[in-house]
Amino acid sequence: MKAQLLLQGQCAHTTARHFWRKQLSTRRCSTSARCSAIREAQISLHRRECSAGDILEQHLHRLESTEPMYHSFLSTNTTAARAQAQAVDQQIAMEGTDGLGVLAGIPIAVKDNICTKGLPTTAGSKILQGYRPPFNATAVARLKAAGAVIVGKTNMDAFGMGSSSEYSDYQSAIMLGTAGGSIRQPASFCGVVGLKPTYGRISRYGLIAYGSSLDCIGPLTSSVEDAAIMLTVMAGQDSHDATSSATAVPDYAAALQPLHSLSSKPLAGKRIGVIAEMMQGGTAPGVATAVTNSIKHLESLGADIAEVSLPELHLALPAYYVLAVSEASSNLARYDGVRYGLRHPAANLRSMYNDTRQEGFGEEMKRRILMGTYALSAGYYDAYYKKAQQVRTLVQQALNKALEQHDLLLSPVAPTTAFKIGEKTEDPLAMYKEDLMTVHLNLAGKLIHRLHAQCTANDRTG
Amino acid sequence: MTSAILTGTPNILCVSTRTAAVASYTRTLSRLRNTFGTSCSLTRARSLRETALIRCTSTAAVAPPQASEHQPRQANKFEAVIGIETHVQLKTHTKAFCNCKSLYGDEPNTHVCPVCLGHPGTLPVLSKEVVRQAVLAGLALQCQIAPQSKFDRKQYFYPDLPKGYQISQYDVPLCTAGHLEVQVGKQTKTFGITRAHLEEDAGKLNHSGSDQLSGSAYSLVDYNRAGQALLEIVSEPDMRSGQDAAAYGAELRRIMVFLGVSDGEMSEGSMRCDVNVSVRPLGQQQLGTKVEVKNMNSFSAMQKAIDFEIERQVTLIEAGSGEEVVQETRLWDEGKQATQSMRKKEGLADYRYFPEPDLPPLEVSTSYLQDVQASMPQLPAEFRRQYRELGLPAADVLVLADELPTAQYFDDVLAAGAPAKPAANWIMGDIMAFCKESKIDMSKLQLTAPQLAEMVSLIEDGTISGKIAKQILPDLLQGKGSKGVKKFVDQKGLIQVSDPAQIEAIIDTVLAANQKQLKQYRAGKTKLQGHFVGQVMKESKGRVNPALMNKILMQKLNAK
Repeated sequence: MKAQLLLQGQCAHTTARHFWRKQLSTRRCSTSARCSAIREAQISLHRRECSAGDILEQHLHRLESTEPMYHSFLSTNTTAARAQAQAVDQQIAMEGTDGLGVLAGIPIAVKDNICTKGLPTTAGSKILQGYRPPFNATAVARLKAAGAVIVGKTNMDAFGMGSSSEYSDYQSAIMLGTAGGSIRQPASFCGVVGLKPTYGRISRYGLIAYGSSLDCIGPLTSSVEDAAIMLTVMAGQDSHDATSSATAVPDYAAALQPLHSLSSKPLAGKRIGVIAEMMQGGTAPGVATAVTNSIKHLESLGADIAEVSLPELHLALPAYYVLAVSEASSNLARYDGVRYGLRHPAANLRSMYNDTRQEGFGEEMKRRILMGTYALSAGYYDAYYKKAQQVRTLVQQALNKALEQHDLLLSPVAPTTAFKIGEKTEDPLAMYKEDLMTVHLNLAGKLIHRLHAQCTANDRTG
Repeated sequence: MTSAILTGTPNILCVSTRTAAVASYTRTLSRLRNTFGTSCSLTRARSLRETALIRCTSTAAVAPPQASEHQPRQANKFEAVIGIETHVQLKTHTKAFCNCKSLYGDEPNTHVCPVCLGHPGTLPVLSKEVVRQAVLAGLALQCQIAPQSKFDRKQYFYPDLPKGYQISQYDVPLCTAGHLEVQVGKQTKTFGITRAHLEEDAGKLNHSGSDQLSGSAYSLVDYNRAGQALLEIVSEPDMRSGQDAAAYGAELRRIMVFLGVSDGEMSEGSMRCDVNVSVRPLGQQQLGTKVEVKNMNSFSAMQKAIDFEIERQVTLIEAGSGEEVVQETRLWDEGKQATQSMRKKEGLADYRYFPEPDLPPLEVSTSYLQDVQASMPQLPAEFRRQYRELGLPAADVLVLADELPTAQYFDDVLAAGAPAKPAANWIMGDIMAFCKESKIDMSKLQLTAPQLAEMVSLIEDGTISGKIAKQILPDLLQGKGSKGVKKFVDQKGLIQVSDPAQIEAIIDTVLAANQKQLKQYRAGKTKLQGHFVGQVMKESKGRVNPALMNKILMQKLNAK
């Protein structure tokens, strides 16, 4: 479809997209919808058509061929991954496939701002050079408990601050870790499924903090079903995270209905609100067209589409930035060279602090730390931080009210289509604007599911 | 030679206060000691003579106070306004926000984890026991407990602060508006408590070379203490003297120990006090400039520091030569017995407080408060009230109710049936002395409370005399009375002789053997009574009932 082609054309350096596209082309099912890679793997293992080792080798092979061009991995874990796959195969040999975890043998890449025990975890920043966490993030621990095989850590903007991975200190693109739109934007630019759950649904323990009240872990997958499976595995209250939600975790994947069982108008009775403010102004024509086409598609599936006006949302971006940089400036204070990571030796304490942080933080990070420190400083706290929190409440209230009248709200993920590397780095503000369409939902803690414009059935919003 | 050395050293000292003079003589003394070595004996008088160079040059010099050292000089003109901030380390098993054990004195960095070390990705989780102990303390101080309070980040950089911020409570603390009744001398005073809030402690720095970071070749950080729960208690500025402050501090400490929420060991740092001192002319409403004083390791140090600081400030103000009191932080120097200015601050620190996003608001329900209140152990004030009702004198009451082990021991002794005053005397005297010398807790005594009660009752019914009791006490303290004190006394053959006939016989023997002294006594040398008493005691191996013995002896002596 047109929208898809447009996205294809603009997307020159998308790593995950290429990776997943290739995978999809070899795995297309008879129905034209996206297949669950996890389900396929589960079936293959159960039928003994392949082993966990085979699945892993296939992924590692593809990784080796794409890595030289895309540099999407900061570190790979091949030896340990092979051992993990072997363990799964041994379990199958001894006990069969019945007791296997739901993610047994599934190779997973973890974004480098999520702690993986013993594996280098740098959050894409020089200041954590050489750091190997002594613990696993809860989300990672749960994935491993379900049998997943951790393949490696993926590249990212330092501490997740950008939309494009261009601000990574380890210059040179999958699961997890967003404060702004870093699940949804890559997904959007690369044509895969990105799910940012409601804040608190998945424990933040082990997610290197940037904006504590905004940070979320979520899956990037090739299908909705896979995202649902992963969410079920990772979600749930965690005693290590006091902000994690106590709400019970349903089996999200089980709630998904297979396409063939749906009627011709599966969305009949569903009320969908299209956020008017997100369709105005600086939205690129390509995006607008894609959304319009999606709306038409949803209508054809029986949904009631209406426009919803949320004027508070134009304040969301500045409020988000004040809050995010303020919290970030505080969360980044611990990187001082004393206990772990980079240390620049110096003659006295002050110099050590200064030199370490000067060397360890990139331009964008410094910019944000300075802004955050300023916003929290005496005399400015009320005007910036406190005000931003009040705006946040307004945004939350507006969204909640809209969700009383609609089952879900629709908007594009980014004002532009995927941009090329280097296109936006000259103007920091332009990069910030890329977050325009995602941040209000982060502020409100809402669940968002980013779908390819070629919609499949069963969106879910909270 | 002495004077040569003395004139060589610059010791024209300006002293305007008695305390400063004492301080300066101490310094001179130590200088002299260093010069001569310890072989030379230097008496205070001698060194004062030799250092006649001490001159009073200050224009503000006033005569040393006529009254006792404790009477504040400013009683005439100035009033001191003192507030105290106390940090109490809560006696919980674990730290405030992680599962590490909170223990004192172990190998450095053995009670740490990624959370309290501030590793990336870690999050704080508030301990329930910490909340319980804080609420207990707040209720004991008659505070209002906030149904909802929140945590904030207090941000600054220092190597002992792992996260670069301290989790504390800023504008919505857990406890507010309490008070404390304290005995100061003969008066009962009430001091207000502004607030009490929860926060976490920092690690500990050990400097090599100097006592500060700058000036040391290197410094080592021990994070065992980082993340330990602290309750910061801030008093209203209600104290007016060092004595007030020390009494407040002592009672606060006592309450925390009786509650079981703190060890109260100022030397170990489980309780730390900082004071704010300002002075203003009597009658003035407006407060003077506040000076913070830190580094006092005991309540007596606190009292001395405050008194010193009051003097210093009054002097500055009275001098009026433009040297006004500067708002600053000063450290109490135990060696110099003076407050010293820290490096001058460049303005107030901006801690950039903002609400801690990793912790939800702390909610305390009414039923929870009721439960905690119901579980409250008996407080010192209640112990004192009970002891007063027993008819014990005020001084005794204070001693017995001062420390929890003592009060509990005394209660146990009473419960075993002993009369109050005798029991009190034994405890306050020999027992406490023994505990102090052997450095053991009264709760760990081998002479159990029932045994002591038995001993006292044996005295009361005349089975043994007080003297015998004193004799056998060391054995009892070693646990020899474990089968019963009476049995022990029996074994030792120490049962008191109370039969008048027997006593008479002994006395007669003594009198017969001491005819000369008897004649002298009857002639008027009544002092010799003591001699006879001693002889009777010797003869009877100390076993006679003294009261009876004296009665019969006097009869016999004064007969004829």
